Amino acid sequence: MTATTQARRIRERILFSLLRLAALTNIAALLCVCGFLVWKGLPALSWEFLTQSPRKAMTEGGIWPCIAGTVLLAVGSLGLSFPLGVASAVYLHEYAGRSRFARYIRLGVNNLAGVPSIVFGLFGMSFFVITCGFGISLLSGILTLGVLTLPVIIGTAEEALRQVPATYREASLALGATQSQTIARVVLPAALPGMLTGAILGLARASGETAVIMFTAAVFYSKNSGGSLLSPVMALPNHIYVLATSGTEIAKTMPLQYGTALVLLCLVVGMNGIAIVVRDRMQKART
Amino acid sequence: MPGYARKESLIRIALAGTAGVSLLFLALIFLFLLVEGLPMLAPRSIAGFLCGMSWYPTAEPPEFGIFPMLVGSLAVTAVAASIAVPLGVMTAAWLTEIAPSGVRRICKPMIELLAALPSVVVGFFGMVVFAPFLQNVFDADTGLNLLNAGVMLAFMSVPTICTVAEDALFAVPVSLREASLALGATRWETTIKVVIPAAFTGIGTGCMLGMSRSIGETMVVLMVAGGAGIIPASLFDPVRPMPAAIAAEMAEAPFRGEHYHALFAIGLVLFVFTLAFNIIAQRIAEANRQAPD
Repeated sequence: MTATTQARRIRERILFSLLRLAALTNIAALLCVCGFLVWKGLPALSWEFLTQSPRKAMTEGGIWPCIAGTVLLAVGSLGLSFPLGVASAVYLHEYAGRSRFARYIRLGVNNLAGVPSIVFGLFGMSFFVITCGFGISLLSGILTLGVLTLPVIIGTAEEALRQVPATYREASLALGATQSQTIARVVLPAALPGMLTGAILGLARASGETAVIMFTAAVFYSKNSGGSLLSPVMALPNHIYVLATSGTEIAKTMPLQYGTALVLLCLVVGMNGIAIVVRDRMQKART
Repeated sequence: MPGYARKESLIRIALAGTAGVSLLFLALIFLFLLVEGLPMLAPRSIAGFLCGMSWYPTAEPPEFGIFPMLVGSLAVTAVAASIAVPLGVMTAAWLTEIAPSGVRRICKPMIELLAALPSVVVGFFGMVVFAPFLQNVFDADTGLNLLNAGVMLAFMSVPTICTVAEDALFAVPVSLREASLALGATRWETTIKVVIPAAFTGIGTGCMLGMSRSIGETMVVLMVAGGAGIIPASLFDPVRPMPAAIAAEMAEAPFRGEHYHALFAIGLVLFVFTLAFNIIAQRIAEANRQAPD
């Protein structure tokens, strides 16, 4: 009896360490990717690299137009998806309840979140670039990325609304405020920090997206990148991809590739990190 | 109707309209894929498109058979799933059942950050680090192959599987665990025989969502899968999954030519695949929610 109990204990020990090993494998993978890029990319980073345009057929110079392009694309798409997403979330959570229409919308949002980015790229090209006539441009990129980030914003905004206690709404309604006044002056301010977390996640998602902008907005080189809404832009993800796969001098641009990848990584992981810290703070404040 | 009530109902309608935008765009995506994909499918048989073995879009006459790409997509997804599902579920079990709350608070965000890595960065890492590694260690002909793509996709889908599975495990009532422990089971036996079976549907949802993510992921397969349109015979053969074909060829396809329409038709197949995965995942989740406790 004691022997079998002993055996069971030992088995438990072994299997639990296997589970821990699995968790550590993921963390090791994250650290491996980040660590490697920091190690290889850091020497390439300099003030010039961040602030200048590429020179000599991309083999020298910096990536400033790509950074600016990525920021324009991400901020622009958020400008579209944040108001739309928050309004959708308000409708779903505050008005619709469990109605049939709301169920269809939820189905739509969930499935939109699952559409592959390359399909968004095809759609953006066919709809915004060709049918609407915006061409390969900042505007087409912003619109397509806006649709892509919409589910992220709706999901996090609805979660933020869910966290607002029902007593807030009841108190406001009891004082004679209408439902829209209650939402605008009581519910939204209370849910704002959570919604902003979602906005940061949306920004990060839009910054790292490659397949979409390849078809709708990005070019490898443009003299007046981001000059107007209707001109094409240079962007970090596309820059990495082209440098790494189809540049004429792949070996020569290696430091540039590492540097660009590191900048994109810092941008995206940094934004996600901020969102996680903000969320953590809020959870602590609540409990 | 008093003025404020009219205003309220106007606001309600405006918000409902805004919420409908998501649904509208999902419909538009489907519509545009159909419109752009059908001109190529109409004069041909769909079976010939799906099961055809050769893809020579620029030959005369062109051949559009996507079977090797279909197999390529399924193969990378299968390789990714066979790594990511055990890894994700084990990690979720560790986070909910074993890890002390302090460790958990540090580890969970790190696993979420894994999902945040831009796909082009993961693909780049696969190209410059993992591909040479595979070549050296396994003496493969090329490091850009099925295995490389599968491993990279696995780490991209682990966070999805892990997060959903963790929620499911977390939702298992403590009383079930206590009952099992009170009967003399060890914590491991409780985890494997009580908690995981109770959370099985939730774990299944996570796995479906993770696989949906792998099958639609573009940059990784474009950069590290090797790009050869053949049916892989081993893990070290290069493949050309559907998203990679679309991304690689769109720039060269003449506008509104047959090749262009064929790439949209591939997009349509991809869309239907991921939609199916997502709907199955949602069905599983709904069935779970309606089940009596």
